[in-house]
Amino acid sequence: MSDEEKENLKANELTEQQEAMEPKQAPPPIDAEREAKLKAAAEARAARAAAKAKAEAEAAQAELDTPKEPSPRQNDLERYVRLIEDTVGQGTVKESGLNELNADMPMLVIASEQWPEVSLLLRDHGELRFSYLRNVSGIDYETYLEIVYFLLSLDNKQDVAIKLRTDREAPSVPSATPTWSTANWNEREIYDLLGISFTGHPDLRRIMMPDDWVGHPLRKDYEPLDSEV
Amino acid sequence: MIRTEELLLNVGPQHPSTHGVFRIVVKLDGEVITEATPVMGYLHRGTEKLAESLNFTQIIPYTDRMDYVSAMTNNYVLVHAVETMMGLEVPLRAEFLRLIVMELQRVASHLVWWGTYLLDIGAMSPFLYAFRDREIIINLFNELCGARLTYNYMRVGGVKWDAPPGWMDKVKDFIPYMEKKLEEYDKLVSGNEIFLARIKGVGQYDAATAIDHGLSGANLRCTGVRWDLRRDEPYSLYSRFEFDVPIGHNGDCYDRYLVRLEEIRQSLRILKQAVEQFPSDGETMGKVPRVIRPPVGETYVRIESPRGEIGCHIVSKGKAEPYRLKFRRPSFVNLQILPKLLVGETMTNLITILGGIDIVVGEVDC
Amino acid sequence: MELNLESITLEERRELERNVFMGTLEQLKGWARSNSLWPLTFGLACCAIEMMGTGASHYDLDRFGVMFRTSPRQSDVMIVSGTVTKKMGPLLRRLYDQMPEPKWVIAMGSCATAGGPYVKSYAVIKGVDQIVPVDVYIPGCPPNPAALIYGINKLQEKIRYEAKTGKQVTSR
Repeated sequence: MSDEEKENLKANELTEQQEAMEPKQAPPPIDAEREAKLKAAAEARAARAAAKAKAEAEAAQAELDTPKEPSPRQNDLERYVRLIEDTVGQGTVKESGLNELNADMPMLVIASEQWPEVSLLLRDHGELRFSYLRNVSGIDYETYLEIVYFLLSLDNKQDVAIKLRTDREAPSVPSATPTWSTANWNEREIYDLLGISFTGHPDLRRIMMPDDWVGHPLRKDYEPLDSEV
Repeated sequence: MIRTEELLLNVGPQHPSTHGVFRIVVKLDGEVITEATPVMGYLHRGTEKLAESLNFTQIIPYTDRMDYVSAMTNNYVLVHAVETMMGLEVPLRAEFLRLIVMELQRVASHLVWWGTYLLDIGAMSPFLYAFRDREIIINLFNELCGARLTYNYMRVGGVKWDAPPGWMDKVKDFIPYMEKKLEEYDKLVSGNEIFLARIKGVGQYDAATAIDHGLSGANLRCTGVRWDLRRDEPYSLYSRFEFDVPIGHNGDCYDRYLVRLEEIRQSLRILKQAVEQFPSDGETMGKVPRVIRPPVGETYVRIESPRGEIGCHIVSKGKAEPYRLKFRRPSFVNLQILPKLLVGETMTNLITILGGIDIVVGEVDC
Repeated sequence: MELNLESITLEERRELERNVFMGTLEQLKGWARSNSLWPLTFGLACCAIEMMGTGASHYDLDRFGVMFRTSPRQSDVMIVSGTVTKKMGPLLRRLYDQMPEPKWVIAMGSCATAGGPYVKSYAVIKGVDQIVPVDVYIPGCPPNPAALIYGINKLQEKIRYEAKTGKQVTSR
C-alpha cells in the first residue's frame, strides 16, 4: 500500500538524517575509518530503498497493464440495463457499473421520473423478480442528494442496487411504497432526517424527531438550534 | 338506547410491555382495535450523525448500544463491512472466537426474548429462569472482554482480547447444560393449554405479505420461507458447520415461538462443532494499517442477527471517518407490519403480537 | 406515676438497651420508607436490561423491599435508566409530576447522568437533572447490577439521614 511505502521511505530518510548528524556530535578525534563505514552503510541503505521503490512501482504498473477478468455479474448487469431500456425507454439508466468493493453488486443510476415503472418492472418481470426490498439509504453529497434502494430476489438469489439522484433545493422523488411496503417507514425516515419528499407516499410525516422539529439533522449543513441542552 | 363511541387509547412510551420507549395510538371500538398508529423516535440518539465525525474503531462502542440485547452481532456487522471494503484478512482463531461469541449471543438474546415475552403474556417464572441462564452466558462474556452488556469486543481485523485459559472448557460445559434446560422449558411452557390458547392463530400473515414488508429472521421463517443469511449468503465461517434452518408453516405467533426455540438448539449445535474445531493457537488480530482508511466507494454488508437481517451501508471518501454510515436495523423494518396485523384484534392480543415480533427499541430508533 | 430511672439496675439497663428502641417518629417514617422503595419501571435503553437483570433471581432486588410498580401513582422512586432524548423529556417530567410525595429520582448510567456517550448528539438531553431533581447518580455504561444495588443503598442511607437529622443532603 502506498501509505506504508511512504512511511517506510520517510523512516529511512529520518535515520539517514540522524546518521548525518552523528559525526558532528562525535568527540573531536574523528575516526576516519568509522566515518567511511557510516557513509558506506548510508549509501547502501539508500540504494536498497531506491531499488525497493522501483520494484514496487513496476509491480503496480504491471497490475494496471494486465486486463482484469470479467466478473460473472457483468452479464447480469447488461441484462438488467437492456431490459430496463427496452421496456421503459432509452435514457432511463443514466449510469451503471459493478461495485467491486461489494462483491461486484450491480449498481444502476435511474432517472427519478421513471422510477415507478422501473420498480414495477423489477418486481414483476419473470426473469428479475426482485420482490424483497432490503434497505433504503439516503446520502447527502454536498451538491446533490442520493437515495439507494437495495433489492434482492429470493428465488434467483441475486441482488442489485438502484440509485436515484435529486438536487438540494427542492428534493423530491417518486415513492416506492406502492411497489414494496418495506419502503414506507424507510422513506419517512429519509424525509425526516434529510428532507427529501416522496411523491405518492401514503403518510409522509416525521418519524424519529418530534413533530415540531425544525431542520433535517442528517444534512451536512445542519446547525442544531439548542446545542446547550 | 346504547350509544358507543370510539376510544383513542395511548399505549404510552412508559409501559411495562412495550419493550422500551415505544408508543402505539390505538382507536378502539369496545375491545376491538380499528386502527393502530405506532409512534417512535423516543430513543433516537443520532448514532448515524455522530458516526460521521468518529473513526471506525470509535464507532464500535456505539454499535453495541443500538441493539443492546445482542451487541456482538452489531459489532460484527460494522467490522465486517470495513474489512470487506479494505480486503483485510482475519486470522482463523479470531474468526472462530467471533463466531462462538456471536452464537452465544444469539442464545442469550433469544432467552431474553423468551423471558420477557412470557412475562408480557402473564407468566412470571420463565423470566427468572431465562435470566438465570443468561447470567451464565454474561459471566462468560465478562471473563472474555470485561463487560456484561456492551462489549466493544471486535476490532477491524480481529478481536481485542484472546480467550483466557479455561474459557473454552466453560463454553463446552455450558452446551449440554443449556440443552437440558431447554427441554425443561418446553415441558414447562410449550404444552401449556392457556399459553396455546393465547398464542395459536394470533397475528397471522402469509409469505407474500412477509416478503412485501421486508421481514427477516424468525418473522420471515415462520411463514415457510427458508431464508437465513448464515446459509444463503454465508459470512464468517458458517459454511464449515452443519446446522438446520427451522421454519414454521402458519405464520402466527406460535410458529414464531417454536422457530426461535429451535434456533437456540441449532445455535448450540453450531457451538458444539465450533468448540471442537477451535484452533489451539493463532493470532487474534490480522495485519491492519495503523489508521483505518477504507478506499473511496460504498458497500452494503448484511448478517443474521437474532432479530433478522442487520445491514451496514458505508459510503467512504477515503478518510478515516465514514462519509455516511447507515444501519439497516431489523426491528425497524419488522415493525412495519404491526399496524396491519393489529386491525381487528383485541387489546390483549396487541401485547402478544408486539412481543412476538421481538423488537428492541434501541434498534428501532438508532 | 413517676418514672424513676435512677433506680434501674445495670442488668435491667442493659436488657432495656437491647430490647427497647428509642427514636423519633420521623426516624420511624424514614426507616419504613427506605426499606420499601417501590420504583417506577422506567427503563429506556440498555441500562434497562441491567435493571431487569438486577431484579431477576441472581441479584435479587426484592430482598431490599424493592418491588417494581408500573404506575407512577403507586411508586416512590423513579430510576431513570437509559438515554433521555428531547422527544422523551416532556413525558419524563409529566411522569415525575404524577408521582406522589415523597419521591426520589435515581439517575442510572452515564446517559442519564450527563448525556453519556451521546453527549455530542443533536437529539439527546445531556443529563436528566435538567428536567427533574436527582438524588443519586450511578455512573457506568451500563452499571453493574452490584453498582445499582449500591446506588439504591445510598438512597436508603440518604432517606434515613434526612429523616434523622432533618437536614437536606446535597453532597456527601
